[in-house]
Amino acid sequence: MSNAILWMRDITKDFNGVKALDGVSIVVERGEVHAICGENGAGKSTLMKVLSGVYPHGSYGGSIEFEGHPTAYKTINDSEHDGIVIIHQELALSPYLSIAENIFLGNENASRGIIDWNKTNREAAVLLARVGLNENPATPVLELGVGKQQLVEIAKALSKRVKLLILDEPTAALNDDDSEHLLTLINHLREQGITCIIISHKLKEIRKIADTVTIIRDGKTIESFSMKEADATESRIIRSMVGRPLDNQFPPRTPNIGEEYFRVENWTAYHPVDTERKVVDDASFTVKAGEIVGFAGLMGAGRTELAMSIFGRSYGTNISGRVFKGGKEIQTRTVSEAIQNGLAYATEDRKKFGLNLIGDISENISAAALNKLAKGGVVDRNQENKVADGYRASMNIKAPSVSSIVGKLSGGNQQKVVLSKWMFTGPDVLILDEPTRGIDVGAKYEIYGIINQLASEGKAVIVISSELPELIGLSDRIYTISEGRITGEVVREDATQETLMHYMTAGRD
Amino acid sequence: MTNTATEAPTEPSGPAPVKSPRRMRVDLRQYGILAALAIIILLFEVLTNGRLLMPGNINNLIQQNSYVLILAIGMVIVIIAGHIDLSVGSVVALVGAVAALAMNSWGLPWWAAVLLALVVGAVIGAWQGFWVAFVGIPAFIVTLAGMLIFRGLTLVLLTGGTISGLPDEFTAIGAGWLPPFLGEALDGRDTLTLVLGVLASAAFIVQQVRTRATLRKLELPREPAVSAIIKSAILVIAVMALAWQLSAYSGTPIILIILAVLILLYTFVLNRTVFGRHVYAMGGNLFAAQMSGVKTQWVNFFIFVNMGVLAALAGVVATARAGSAVASAGQSYELDAIAAVFIGGAAVQGGVGTVVGAVIGGLVMGVLNMGLSILSVDAAWQQAIKGMVLLLAVAFDIINKRRSGR
Repeated sequence: MSNAILWMRDITKDFNGVKALDGVSIVVERGEVHAICGENGAGKSTLMKVLSGVYPHGSYGGSIEFEGHPTAYKTINDSEHDGIVIIHQELALSPYLSIAENIFLGNENASRGIIDWNKTNREAAVLLARVGLNENPATPVLELGVGKQQLVEIAKALSKRVKLLILDEPTAALNDDDSEHLLTLINHLREQGITCIIISHKLKEIRKIADTVTIIRDGKTIESFSMKEADATESRIIRSMVGRPLDNQFPPRTPNIGEEYFRVENWTAYHPVDTERKVVDDASFTVKAGEIVGFAGLMGAGRTELAMSIFGRSYGTNISGRVFKGGKEIQTRTVSEAIQNGLAYATEDRKKFGLNLIGDISENISAAALNKLAKGGVVDRNQENKVADGYRASMNIKAPSVSSIVGKLSGGNQQKVVLSKWMFTGPDVLILDEPTRGIDVGAKYEIYGIINQLASEGKAVIVISSELPELIGLSDRIYTISEGRITGEVVREDATQETLMHYMTAGRD
Repeated sequence: MTNTATEAPTEPSGPAPVKSPRRMRVDLRQYGILAALAIIILLFEVLTNGRLLMPGNINNLIQQNSYVLILAIGMVIVIIAGHIDLSVGSVVALVGAVAALAMNSWGLPWWAAVLLALVVGAVIGAWQGFWVAFVGIPAFIVTLAGMLIFRGLTLVLLTGGTISGLPDEFTAIGAGWLPPFLGEALDGRDTLTLVLGVLASAAFIVQQVRTRATLRKLELPREPAVSAIIKSAILVIAVMALAWQLSAYSGTPIILIILAVLILLYTFVLNRTVFGRHVYAMGGNLFAAQMSGVKTQWVNFFIFVNMGVLAALAGVVATARAGSAVASAGQSYELDAIAAVFIGGAAVQGGVGTVVGAVIGGLVMGVLNMGLSILSVDAAWQQAIKGMVLLLAVAFDIINKRRSGR
């Protein structure tokens, strides 16, 4: 224990009397990768904000020692000065500035206020090489994908001579390739002596990369153990996180599948800006009543583009193809037309496209079907509250009341609000795009239960997901997409990650 | 954590939740601004040795500020939706010119001129709404252009001159009172004004009682009876005091009736209608509104048509009160209206704001103006003080929000 770089002892922090941290202790060894696990709201992010000085010294209880000295950070700058750098889940890069400018933002290579561009770009190139990003330092950040932006953030951290790098959900928005690359990079940084704290929901990653794991639940440290221990298994982590054994990640379900109900024929859509490029290329698929159909594809394969172009032509130009529901052709030219024809689409990015975060729960639930609650354009608010409260109870949305502001709910509860919103439109066909992204294990299980319930009511359910185990566990049938084309169709019995990946990477011949 | 609670509740059951949509949240801010208004009134009442609240001054306060209040009602909707309208001052001038020309040069009766003015306002609003909603040009640019365009057109129409000698029926809209057809009572006070005050108070109390009855029936939580009674008492006292003072002057200003109707109407529109809800939803998250099937382009279009009509109404009132149309009318009204909306608690990013807040914000500015004028403070200083008040009001609001944990 002598080689610890960081000691946090009995950290407590409360917000207006509500305890967010209730005596958390954590010891991080020098040069290790230390994973922190816990459900959303367990206190992981709060703990990291305490460490990095977002919550200044004095606003929390307990003591912190970094490299043998007690810390008293008042701001993030103080902790960065000591070599503690935190990379948040939502990346904080300025899109119109170049990679080099972003790396040195706030820390410019300048003398008397004049920036030395040669030095900046030269040093940026060295840092980019260290993180394995093969891009020109002068490239604007907005031209990079999320995975590469993540690497720029790490390069930025390296430029600050980081000793302790904290990554909050680093792979949440990354595809498998980018995640893999990132994990390799973390390994690499470990070899260079940089200590890492990684907050993640992805247990496979943790097993792959972490030396030690600390589990936090309800603001308390539950346990901390080395991943080299014999019983350091995923199920042990899950058990500690949720406080109950989670033998099965997917709730049981007996499929009751009916006739073909939803059919899309020859769907083609072009890129909205680069109008020569097909993003969806002649896609045809069917969904039966009561069936859960998965869509697998790597990032950029066209899954979301397919869904959004069908749902009210919300994406793309020059869209062609036909949509049938219950044997009859339907039109989905605008979002409201799609909703009227019984379609619902829960978007991939719920904060950006799914919710009014400053609105309350009932406003959000009624948003897509306000006309059901209105007579002559006047909303019946009492009825609206009753409906919303019904969903709050049945969907187990954890909030004091339906007038709670949605932006203050956890990711899982926000997703339940999104699902409630679409269920209230009374859809026959539901398209759920990444329904469990950024959601903790317990809430995931509940969302799966809701999806199963929708299917058992005879609805046609489409699930788009980047997590293959999830698709395999949930779907009756899975389509794979690659480069805008449907490249494979696999029934549940034959679905393995390997077969799916094979089709998902099937390129154009 | 129990799981698989998945029943789709078509018939939700159980006691319904605590709820006061947007009200509770904004109410705290609104009470703050209301308290500020009360303090400013008291302050000037003391500083002016009681002159501020003399009947004539109250009457002038209402008539002088009516156009800014009308503009603020339209502007708050524009701002909740995340836009801004810089053109309303110029629209006021243009519409005033059209109305004056219609009566004096084209021989239209006063009511036809008013109708024509409102139609012109709607057309102007449609023009700006088209560029904002369907072409996608930011409202700041469209209305900045509009500010120049409509001011220029006013100059063209008036060729630099002034049109005066407008009919009495027309000028009464801005500067007239309801006829005292109930005679006088209590030392020569206007009976009609007192009766209207009693009716307004009664209507408010009845409405409160009915709301509470509905909430009780639905088993929704109610405001504690004590606070409801105190709130009602304060409002009734304020209304009756207003009626009492006005009755001693010339009676009820016609514009007060118009304002009251607009405030009630637009509060209802924003709180209770699908359109109002869509405005808030778009201001809160435009993308989410689009993906929920809100026809955002049309909502934006109608927001600007509405603003155009209200700007035209303000133009009619301003012209009526001035008794003439001049090309320089309405100068910087847009800034007064925008300031009123922000003092009234609206958010610059959109999604937050109320009609009542905007009106109170407008009154704060109006009382300041009047108080400072009575104290013979130099007009240049008045402007600087108003600027400081705007800055402090919004700063107070932001700091308050930060303290309450975002």
